[in-house]
Amino acid sequence: METASLDRSSVHDPFPRIFEDGVRAAWPICLGYLPIGLAFGVLAQKGGLSPFEIGLMSLLVFAGSSQFIAVSMMGAGAGLPAVVMTTFLVNFRHFLMSSALAVHLRGMGKGWISLFAYGVTDESFAMNLTRFQDGNWDWKRALVMNQTANAAWFGSTVLGGLGGTFLPAGAFGMDFALMAMFLCLLVFQLRGVFHAVTALLSAACAVVLALLIAGSGHIVAASLLGATLGLALKKFFSRGKGEERS
Amino acid sequence: MTPDPVLVFLAMGAVTYVPRWFPLFALANRTLPRILLEWLELLPPAILSALIAPALVTAGCPKHFQLLTPEFCVAVPTFLVAWKTRSLALTVLFGMFLFWIAGMFLQ
Repeated sequence: METASLDRSSVHDPFPRIFEDGVRAAWPICLGYLPIGLAFGVLAQKGGLSPFEIGLMSLLVFAGSSQFIAVSMMGAGAGLPAVVMTTFLVNFRHFLMSSALAVHLRGMGKGWISLFAYGVTDESFAMNLTRFQDGNWDWKRALVMNQTANAAWFGSTVLGGLGGTFLPAGAFGMDFALMAMFLCLLVFQLRGVFHAVTALLSAACAVVLALLIAGSGHIVAASLLGATLGLALKKFFSRGKGEERS
Repeated sequence: MTPDPVLVFLAMGAVTYVPRWFPLFALANRTLPRILLEWLELLPPAILSALIAPALVTAGCPKHFQLLTPEFCVAVPTFLVAWKTRSLALTVLFGMFLFWIAGMFLQ
């Protein structure tokens, strides 16, 4: 135990070590952001945005899919209220992700929390949550990881806007990097029968809802349904045991 | 009239930031009821499946169900590699490689 504690990372480690851990953890995200960011930059530039505007958008919004949607809506002549409303709906799923992350942010000041919130994306959520559960992770490392991913997104979108993809389409299977990352992080999340049941229920709901409703409302609806049904089943099957424990 | 892009981006940033910020601000550093903690514990697998599943088995616009998409065919072995190796690096590299190869065959 004593020797193990020497290897364990802590929130009080010197900054260079924290910085290195945070940057290292971000690599799959950065790899996955590169082709998407470049593609977005090219699209946005064709839609009439300057590299400066593209960079500003990536910094202010930092949410890939909603940026794609907004650029195509603006290209089609949509007004501000429509674009902003759509963005809100598309990105509302982060509300659930922040809720799940909140449990792990112990000892973090309100100011830092407000900065951390800016970096909550699908990818950083999935990665940070898994790391927090593993231990050896803390809010400082999480913050560095978020900002590393943010820099990769900003950089790749601006690069795309400046002139082209720099990558042949489909190169090295990079388009699949984020999907592979999500699949692996899902495997890490299957930590019990009811986690697996929840995942299956949510997957089924998401597919059905994705076919029924346009946009990305299915992600929020299926996550809520899946987690709630999963918990209900867990409670139902552990009635006897639960009473003994509590 | 077309709105000023900078204004649009500011508004987009605001409506994206607030839902990211509010739960963290409201829930962090608090003792939460046990039932809520149990629910939050099941939320991540639910979110991840909801992100993954439609991307694998739906295609087109408007979306339709399609089981054997290239994404799905690559996702199955990638999932198994993740299950067996428990390694994020191996899984990501394996998935990319397989998807790259699959892309060459499909062209």
